[in-house]
Amino acid sequence: MKMIMAVIKPAKLDAVREALLGIGVQGMTTTEVQGFGRQRGHTEIYRGSEYTINYVPKTKIEVAVEDAIADRVVDAIRTAANSQAIGDGKIFIYDLGEAVRIRTGETGAQAL
Amino acid sequence: MRSAPSPLTPNFAHRLTLGLGLFLSLILALAPDAAFAQETSMVAAKTFDSGDTAWIIVATALVLFMTMPGLALFYGGLVRSKNLLSVLMHCFAITCIGSVLWLVIGYSIAFGSNDAIWGGLENMFFAGIGDRLRDATSIPESVFFIFQMTFAIITPGLIVGAYVERIKFSAVVIFTTLWLLLVYAPSAHWIWGGGLLSDMGWIHASLDGVAAMDFAGGLVVHANAGVAALLLAKILGPRGGFPNDLRPPHNPGLVMVGAAMLWVGWFGFNGGSALAANNGAGMAILVTHISAATACIVWSAIEWIKFGRPSLVGIATGAIAGLATVTPGAGFIGPAGALVYGALAAVICFYAISLVKRTMGIDDSLDVFAVHGVGGILGILLTGAFADSSLGGVGLPEGRTIVVSVFGQIAALAVTVVWAGVVSYILIKVTQVLVGLRVGAEEESEGLDITSHGERGYDL
Repeated sequence: MKMIMAVIKPAKLDAVREALLGIGVQGMTTTEVQGFGRQRGHTEIYRGSEYTINYVPKTKIEVAVEDAIADRVVDAIRTAANSQAIGDGKIFIYDLGEAVRIRTGETGAQAL
Repeated sequence: MRSAPSPLTPNFAHRLTLGLGLFLSLILALAPDAAFAQETSMVAAKTFDSGDTAWIIVATALVLFMTMPGLALFYGGLVRSKNLLSVLMHCFAITCIGSVLWLVIGYSIAFGSNDAIWGGLENMFFAGIGDRLRDATSIPESVFFIFQMTFAIITPGLIVGAYVERIKFSAVVIFTTLWLLLVYAPSAHWIWGGGLLSDMGWIHASLDGVAAMDFAGGLVVHANAGVAALLLAKILGPRGGFPNDLRPPHNPGLVMVGAAMLWVGWFGFNGGSALAANNGAGMAILVTHISAATACIVWSAIEWIKFGRPSLVGIATGAIAGLATVTPGAGFIGPAGALVYGALAAVICFYAISLVKRTMGIDDSLDVFAVHGVGGILGILLTGAFADSSLGGVGLPEGRTIVVSVFGQIAALAVTVVWAGVVSYILIKVTQVLVGLRVGAEEESEGLDITSHGERGYDL
């Protein structure tokens, strides 16, 4: 199993969700986060003064999937979240040791 | 007091008079003069009018609403989320302090008598007023008293914008108390209360023709607050991170709501300053509205051209600049003149903000001087000209030319700014010695909401 974590533009969340549902993903977790990458934030102007926004609002999604579809999930996120612009975000993939469904106690792929 | 300069109101109380500098004025004004009695006797006795009274009661509520919650929200949205409550608290506390001070002694200093320097102590605790009418008006003095109280509240309230996010609450309390009694009340007396800058002053009688006009407080309210704000911001020092590492305004939506409340409240502020429900009040509201709307359009245009996008904080700031600027002229100018007030307010206040913050390096955090001080002063100067009938105004008093009128405005401006500057400076220093001005660096970093008041504005 893989845990696929992606940090994307908040505006792309719905497109990513649709794409993941389309390839059979059963669920995902999202979090509103702030951070910076090579984009290094941006500036906003209020009353003529420039303010540097060091941490840009992003959405973090986490999806636990079987190894078999992990590559397709990554591709789906990459396609749906891509606006060809700086700040589209990143995808991180880790090995997932175990998963447990709380209600039934099922484990592994059964729990996803 | 703030009647229009028509032949029907010879005691046109907003003619400030001054031909000489502050020093000479004070000395000259010390000598009571027969001219006082002469001027006063020209006031036609008026009888009670329920329409006038009803309007001023409504206007009173509108002006109180400007401070609470209008100004509080306008300022509150501009600070960082960790300091929202402290700003609301400042405005709330100032409202209460100003109200009690006004009853105890403030009103008496400002409006107790026609003495050149101050109103005296006779009306302390509302003594001697009873149910009489205010001189030269058709409204009970009780209504005039509380209408004026709301002005005494909002003026120190405006100064809040200079010291947000770093001042000690005890310093707010002490400075507000002293400033209200020693800067605001005397200034109100000189200009509106029959003092040395009013048409009852010695100079008006002696140097007839030189006078100035401040309908609803370009000097008394906005210039006074602006000068104090600039000094306080300078002495207090900038917020940590100023100018490049600050977080932007945390809630522009609140800024808009507050600005809109101020705008509506300003109808009472300027319209009520006619002290009657008449055409003068209607015209005051009309020019107030037009100036605000024009300033919004011009401010947005500047941002659109300069930065590519017009902002909500910008349009709201433009409104306040337009409103502050038209305040001294509201009862004197015509609607076309208001277009000029609004346009100039936007251009000049816009650039004044970066002059103060960038060129001078003073963290007048919410631009009190650049918007209120500069706006009020600009309005005072414009009113010398735009009150003239050739520029659509109600007409200057007979025999007064635009040049003389503008000169009178400048003279009154000089007296006001010098007094506000010197006394505010002393009071800031006194406050500093008594309780200190600024919270510690750690408290500032954590935010005043938690460290000064033990509350948080948002639990996210």
